[in-house]
Amino acid sequence: MTTPSRHPGLNLGRAHPEAHHACEGLVFGFWVFMMSDLIIFGLLFANYVTQLDALAGGPGPKDLFEMKSAFIETMLLLTSSFTYGMAAYCLKYRNGRGALLFWLVVTLALGLSFIGFELHDFRVTIDKGGAPSQSGFASAFFGLVPLHGLHVATACLWMIVLIVQMLVYGLDTGVKTGLVRLGLLWHFLDIVWIGIFSLVYLGGLA
Amino acid sequence: MSETQRQSGVVDDKERRRELGSYLWGYGLALALTLPPFALVAWSDWPRVTLLWAIGLCALVQVVVHFRFFLHISLARQKREDLHLILFSTLILILMAGGTLWIIFNLYGRMAPAMLP
Repeated sequence: MTTPSRHPGLNLGRAHPEAHHACEGLVFGFWVFMMSDLIIFGLLFANYVTQLDALAGGPGPKDLFEMKSAFIETMLLLTSSFTYGMAAYCLKYRNGRGALLFWLVVTLALGLSFIGFELHDFRVTIDKGGAPSQSGFASAFFGLVPLHGLHVATACLWMIVLIVQMLVYGLDTGVKTGLVRLGLLWHFLDIVWIGIFSLVYLGGLA
Repeated sequence: MSETQRQSGVVDDKERRRELGSYLWGYGLALALTLPPFALVAWSDWPRVTLLWAIGLCALVQVVVHFRFFLHISLARQKREDLHLILFSTLILILMAGGTLWIIFNLYGRMAPAMLP
């Protein structure tokens, strides 16, 4: 007895008829954007692979990357994807705003700490001589990984705006559909991160 | 609509449990596919090529897990347009990314063998 899915991500369903109806078109449009983003990231990955040996005498992956911080970042982002799932679950099934707000704040905290760790990483990379102007490899790295970080930062900003809207206007249709779309972006960014930690960090350190 | 509404209590509870389970399973499976590659790179002395294959395989499976359990995309329940869009984007990605790698590495092979991995 499963209801057919109207769009990617959690479907709000019968308990939220107005938002559920509004989501169909909005989420499809957002999903088109997600897929175009997927192609941008895919091409930046391909570009990174072609530049792997273009070191120009500068430092390479083994000199620049640290396994420990890559691992911490991976855990932060993966856990935040799960906590966002819990927020979406509370949005759909709980009546109050308390639990939803709790999970959103947890997700936001995890996302912001991820960005903090990443900024620290970039600083270390530049200090070790891996600034973007050093080599084709460094340029490709700084084209790919910080673009993902920028996406996460923007998603955090969006989450803050949605939290404020929720506190001011309550859980109206606009806020609900916004939360469903932000969920797509958040889970999508975690999928891109799988590629980054596997190809860039683990592949570079293996 | 009225018939479904009569049953909606039961259905909603089933759906609720299924969706909660989906996130928990997704998190568990994602952890099970994330920790081994890190452990292997940190502690194993496997040859590099074997390591890369293991990392790549885990990553690929984990992407499918995220699509299935976090984004709730499954081949059976999905709307036609959504599925077409995913398949089309994947096709474009394979053509463009695969084509880039093919052309550039072919060029390296002919003109700059030092750039080959």
